Amino acid sequence: MRIALFVTCVNDLLFPGTGIATVRLLERLGVEVEFPKAQTCCGQMQYNTGYPAQAGVLAEKFARDFGDCAAVVVPSGSCGAFIRDVHPRLTGTGAPPPVYELTEFLVDVLKVEDVGAYFPYPVAYHPTCHSSRLLRVGDRPLRLLRAVAGLELVELPGAQECCGFGGTFAVKNPDVSAAMGADKIAHAVESGARFLAAADNSCLMHLGGTATHQNSPIRTIHLAEILASTRDEVLV
Amino acid sequence: MTGTYLGMPAFPEAAKASTKDAQMRANLTRATHTIRDKRARAVEELDDWAQLREAGKQIKDHTLQHLDKYLIELEEKVVGAGGVVHWARNADEANRIVADLVHATGEREVVKVKSMATQEIGLNEALAAEGITAYETDLAELIVQLGKDLPSHILVPAIHKNRGEIRDIFAREMAAWGRAAPDDLTDEPTALAEAARLHLREKFLRAKVAVSGGNFMVAETGTIVVLESEGNGRMCLTLPETLISVVGIEKIVPTWRDLEVFLQLLPRSSTAERMNPYTTMWTGVTDGDGPREFHLVLLDNGRTRTLADEVGRQALRCIRCSACLNVCPVYERAGGHAYGSPYPGPIGAILTPQLGGIQGELEASLPYASSLCGACYEVCPVAIDIPEVLVHLRAQVAEQPGHRAEHAAMKAATWAMSHPAVYGAAQQAAVRTRKLQPRSLPLPIAKAWTDTRDLPEMPKRTFRQWWKETHK
Repeated sequence: MRIALFVTCVNDLLFPGTGIATVRLLERLGVEVEFPKAQTCCGQMQYNTGYPAQAGVLAEKFARDFGDCAAVVVPSGSCGAFIRDVHPRLTGTGAPPPVYELTEFLVDVLKVEDVGAYFPYPVAYHPTCHSSRLLRVGDRPLRLLRAVAGLELVELPGAQECCGFGGTFAVKNPDVSAAMGADKIAHAVESGARFLAAADNSCLMHLGGTATHQNSPIRTIHLAEILASTRDEVLV
Repeated sequence: MTGTYLGMPAFPEAAKASTKDAQMRANLTRATHTIRDKRARAVEELDDWAQLREAGKQIKDHTLQHLDKYLIELEEKVVGAGGVVHWARNADEANRIVADLVHATGEREVVKVKSMATQEIGLNEALAAEGITAYETDLAELIVQLGKDLPSHILVPAIHKNRGEIRDIFAREMAAWGRAAPDDLTDEPTALAEAARLHLREKFLRAKVAVSGGNFMVAETGTIVVLESEGNGRMCLTLPETLISVVGIEKIVPTWRDLEVFLQLLPRSSTAERMNPYTTMWTGVTDGDGPREFHLVLLDNGRTRTLADEVGRQALRCIRCSACLNVCPVYERAGGHAYGSPYPGPIGAILTPQLGGIQGELEASLPYASSLCGACYEVCPVAIDIPEVLVHLRAQVAEQPGHRAEHAAMKAATWAMSHPAVYGAAQQAAVRTRKLQPRSLPLPIAKAWTDTRDLPEMPKRTFRQWWKETHK
């Protein structure tokens, strides 16, 4: 099995650990990973901020960069949803390669739930809005987490509520965004978790920044880093 | 008159204040979570909810597509049944028509059934300017009117008030409007309801003219339909001699068979009831039964323009149920007043800018008043893709002159992202200067982030550097 990784611009620059974890995890599961080097950004920020023409330029570029690949894996729910739902409308090009968010690829294509991971901490999982409402990944992330050795999955109160990131919403409406983030962190603390996990680093950048700003004990972590952790190396 | 409240600041400024109002936020959180949970249970009971939702969407789309035909059919049927139909292009025309109709009766006061259309056009204020007093008779609208307040929710206009605050308003203000509240008024819901009942009963028995809106208009018979839960509407719609209904032109359904779908969708979505408690339907006038005179004012006020927008027109499917407000995390924290019009929450964020145009500062800010989480679309009983319309409206706002700097920044970012060599160089510059980068930033847009959130720590190397080093 050979896939192309679309790491996303946010992960490439700010959260390389997530990209590295995704590669290690997939390679451990016997997947051959390629990284098309021309890749940059899917254009979601431009589109959602009101610049569809700019997003179109990047959607066209994505189609050129990944058009020949058999399958694309994305460790981000919102980028995955944007590529799958909106790119076809922006480019009008032929059938794109199938694009999978990481947990979809693991559960639906590789048909694994126990990826052989070890992570000895209590974890709360935040189902990010675009992964649950647009991609409809459902309980795939939870099934993967439940199979992780040592991990105690704790219930996150108000899990379905948005964290308040919302792309440029975070700076265009900073007060509401911050209030939503603070509530999410409070719920994570209440859950008794040590780590708050999600499958989207843009949401986690907002939540992690909120947590450290408040000196909260909660730490944020991308799901891929938990799944890539083993008894030999826990990625925290 | 665009239906926004005079002097309201743009959404982010209004929300800055309301997010700090702990009492209001506690009231709102409690109320919205209660209604949202009840709605979820009421919807789960129906196995065919998804089909009902699709039917509601298709009936509305069909009707909007043939609005010209159905409006004429409706007019013929209303006139044939003894009613009078008036056409109002905008708020001013509608207010003028209603004021003239009231003047013609010689009355100086009217009772009102809760109505979004009359709030949209500012009818109460327009009537007051003509020396006519409009009495709101819906309990929550009464609280808002007595408190000299503004509604903050479509269905529950006083949702931002708790019962202690309501007691104080009743005790302080009722006497000036009619029957005073009892001296020993407590904050018990039954005591508050009884005080309102006695206060309103006077108005119902005295009123010669009533003003209502309408939830639906059935074209095939010219029947107007009002749904309410308190019985005040039934009083207003049957006791007075003259009834004036102001209804948006998009409220038509072609047939009674179509109405059946919405009589299932609306109660469960709004109040989480299986069946609506008081559903009043009337067709023109009938000898010896109800008002002697019936006037229907058909209101455009931006609806035709909205209909012309292929993406935005889905907002006209709205049946004003409020389900989107009750699940919206932004509404819950910003409160209804921040949206600056009688239409708050997600639906207001797409309706207000379309009805009034995006030129105003408030209207231009509303499409951004969402994190695009999609909870609104999920619960909408007529499947309005609110996030899609928000993004569509953002694109319209972004073409305005005020967005030149943002446009330039987006173009620059896209250009860099389109040229991997430039992008790679920019990335490397970012990681190389990581030790020099401040933890808080002075630019306004960066400060908006760093005031409440730390910036992520810049890593030592990018992903693609790692890839290059490890995968030859």
